Amino acid sequence: MNSGRLPSENNMPGSDYRRNQTRSQIFLAGLFLLLVVAILISLRAGSYSTPIGELLRGIFGKASDGKINIIVRNNRMPRILTAIIAGAGLGVSGCVLQAILRNPLASASTLGVSQGASFGAAFAIIVLNAGAMGALGRAAIPLCAFVGSMAVALMILGLSRIRRIPPEGIVLAGVAISALFTGATTLIQYFANEIQLAALVFWTFGDLGSTNWTDISLMGGVVLIVSIYYFLRRWDYNALLSGTETAISLGINVGRLTMFNMVLCCFTASTIVSYIGLISFIGLAAPHIVRLVVGNNHVYLIPGSILAGATLLLLGDLFSRTVISPVILPIGAITSFLGGPLFLYLLFKGGKKRADS
Amino acid sequence: MLTVENLQFSYGNGPDILKGVSFSLEDGQTMAILGNNGAGKSTMLKCFNRILSAKHGRVCMDGQNLLQMPGREIAKRMAFVAQHVPGTQMTVHDVVMLGRRPYMRWGFTEEDHRIVHEAMEQLGLTPLRGRFLSQLSGGERQKAILARALAQQPKILLLDEPTSSLDLQNQYQVLEIVRDICHNTAITAIVVIHDLNLALRFCDRFLLLKDGLVYRYGDASILDRTAILDVYGVNAEPVTVNGQRIILVD
Repeated sequence: MNSGRLPSENNMPGSDYRRNQTRSQIFLAGLFLLLVVAILISLRAGSYSTPIGELLRGIFGKASDGKINIIVRNNRMPRILTAIIAGAGLGVSGCVLQAILRNPLASASTLGVSQGASFGAAFAIIVLNAGAMGALGRAAIPLCAFVGSMAVALMILGLSRIRRIPPEGIVLAGVAISALFTGATTLIQYFANEIQLAALVFWTFGDLGSTNWTDISLMGGVVLIVSIYYFLRRWDYNALLSGTETAISLGINVGRLTMFNMVLCCFTASTIVSYIGLISFIGLAAPHIVRLVVGNNHVYLIPGSILAGATLLLLGDLFSRTVISPVILPIGAITSFLGGPLFLYLLFKGGKKRADS
Repeated sequence: MLTVENLQFSYGNGPDILKGVSFSLEDGQTMAILGNNGAGKSTMLKCFNRILSAKHGRVCMDGQNLLQMPGREIAKRMAFVAQHVPGTQMTVHDVVMLGRRPYMRWGFTEEDHRIVHEAMEQLGLTPLRGRFLSQLSGGERQKAILARALAQQPKILLLDEPTSSLDLQNQYQVLEIVRDICHNTAITAIVVIHDLNLALRFCDRFLLLKDGLVYRYGDASILDRTAILDVYGVNAEPVTVNGQRIILVD
């Protein structure tokens, strides 16, 4: 594996490569540590204040106070796991989309997947009147959101296949399709009543607290499987950075890789968004934050984007729950509100660094 | 030995760019593909390893048709050095490591690392192995790409205008390295190049391409006044200076 090194490597000229690797590994370890700290703080944050030891025992249902067991297992852990899984999935999908489309602005939200999900949710809430359908309605909203976002993905894939749009142009196609779906959502909203409008607006806020253990298992399974696949393909993404011709000359079927990965990324993002609503900026910002430290090597970039995505969304959720507690602010708005300035800062910092060098 | 038979190519339903190219090349030789802009030089090079899919024809190495092989198998036999090298945020070591991708299964082995170290050593890149490609000069970057190609352990090196963005010193250095590698390791190199004098200095065989067809193919003697006038529309005379054949434009 990549960890296999020649014994005398550190003594060789150019051992700055080893330093580079060490820095990347330390950064990943730091991200992991930050995630663990965020988990512990999130576990503790809430109106029912308890010692951390009790909370940790509560994860396994062994807290001395029965209420803590219930709070941890039914409320806090599902929320934390949803944030970790969704953040990780959106982060790694953004990372892979940016690699295969050779576009630093690529992410599920810039491709229009989120807008497709919004349209699907609007269709379920307003046209199908899912609010009045009870349990069936609750299932209809994520299902329609998933169908809507996959419809966007299939439209983009179809356009790129039939009209032979180059990967670099796919994000532009995504912008156009986003506008189309946003317009369609607005039109549906025009015919909605106040209750339906309120339900749709609440859905677009994003909500990490509405998932049950089945939803979490499904989302977790999808994110885990695609993440393993992405990691196995890490050197293919590295090859794509050298250009399409070089990647083909290294034995990579670039067309098939691009299509298959687009489908996987859109599927992952669709699954996540359909459960928790619109979450912006994680897919865009997480890979860029990691890239600033580890560069473009996907050996580190993929695990880094998973960790950074999970940490960002968890910290965003923590902020949304605690800043004006007991009111919980909408997570979708928080990620955009905090992610936007963070992204601008990173962009200008990166630009200054490039100018200095 | 490389044998190319009746290679034909067109973009979609457009006119034929290559109209049936045939030639053969011995192991260890360095061949220059020459011709004016639009003659189909780079297209031909990219057809050899299926970056572009040829309509007809065969590219055979030791009797096996490369065009029928999986991409990974072609990559073990042919390495490609593109004209433009994007300056990515990847270290020289990682870029050279990419050359082992056709051999990779789950990860790289000790053998892969040894080969990568040798390739970097061969091109004097070891002190630069921790630097990002984007931090290197044009010449250093080209050497890194060449090292990646060597790490593929190919039998044939395809180079698409490898010196187009280099200064005079780096042009000579890069082509010297290619020539030495070919002579020492029996790797065959095929170079698309515009500079006839650089081609004469570093190559053994010359293929003049005109309108998608082989106009002439052979040693340096094919580059005479008539051929240069027919292919480039320029009056020029081949002369020998200090034992080196050069082309002097009138």
